[in-house]
Amino acid sequence: METEFTPWASLGGGLLIGLAATLLMVMHGRIFGATGILGGLLRFNDPGDWAVRAALIVGMAGGPLVFWLATGAMPVTDLPISNLAVAVGGLIVGVGVSYGGGCTSGHGVCGLARGSWRSMVATATFMATAILTVTVIRHVVGA
Amino acid sequence: MRILSAIVIGLIFGLGISISGMANPAKVLNFFDIFGTWDPSLAFVMAGALAVNIPGYRLAFRRPAPVIEPRFQLPDKRVIDRRLVLGSATFGIGWGIAGFCPGGALPVISTLEPGVLLFVAALIVGMLVARLPSTWFPSRGKS
Repeated sequence: METEFTPWASLGGGLLIGLAATLLMVMHGRIFGATGILGGLLRFNDPGDWAVRAALIVGMAGGPLVFWLATGAMPVTDLPISNLAVAVGGLIVGVGVSYGGGCTSGHGVCGLARGSWRSMVATATFMATAILTVTVIRHVVGA
Repeated sequence: MRILSAIVIGLIFGLGISISGMANPAKVLNFFDIFGTWDPSLAFVMAGALAVNIPGYRLAFRRPAPVIEPRFQLPDKRVIDRRLVLGSATFGIGWGIAGFCPGGALPVISTLEPGVLLFVAALIVGMLVARLPSTWFPSRGKS
């Protein structure tokens, strides 16, 4: 199924994502990585730190509500796959980002911006396997 | 102050994700489908984010310390090990199956869409599974 090419919306959204990453570093001195934020939320060893992570996630979840206030619709979350694929994909992502120490935001947006070699390797690797996976599922298996 | 700042920064990120298309698996999967219904939009998300965050980090690191916290907390790991590469490769496979990465999915939990909640639940289970004792996963032993 085709999706509309949206260079301006995607660029604009990207600018805001970059702004959030910069602000978290300037204000709190931390990397904006969704994996790290959620991972820390699942530990309960430092209450002050936990509250900041919870506040970040509450704020993140508020984003779609602001989007809704501005446009009259929630952002589209079209999952063109089965529930089983969603669950299996989620499990694999959870294990992978834990071992790889980050995801698109932590390694991609933040790691690349500070010139981390580890993040460059991580980003190149997960982009490559994601392309490979979609190519195999859609064009080799033909699902 | 810490909490308010974190909520606002999270909100900017969540709004950026909502506008960008990163929360739409149909679009993300098409970004990876170079040999099919390719939608290059998401390259613009990364370009926008880095266009802000590369100069943003440069400015941030001119400061002796962040505004709120006493010091910057940056990952100090430098080695590119098997764990980083295999973890990232695994993440990419899951991303290619489900079309959601952690940063794309977390903001849209507020849509209460069943598919989103299923993905985030599976993501959390996967992250907790990855924390099981290292003897269960010998490859996790070092690093």
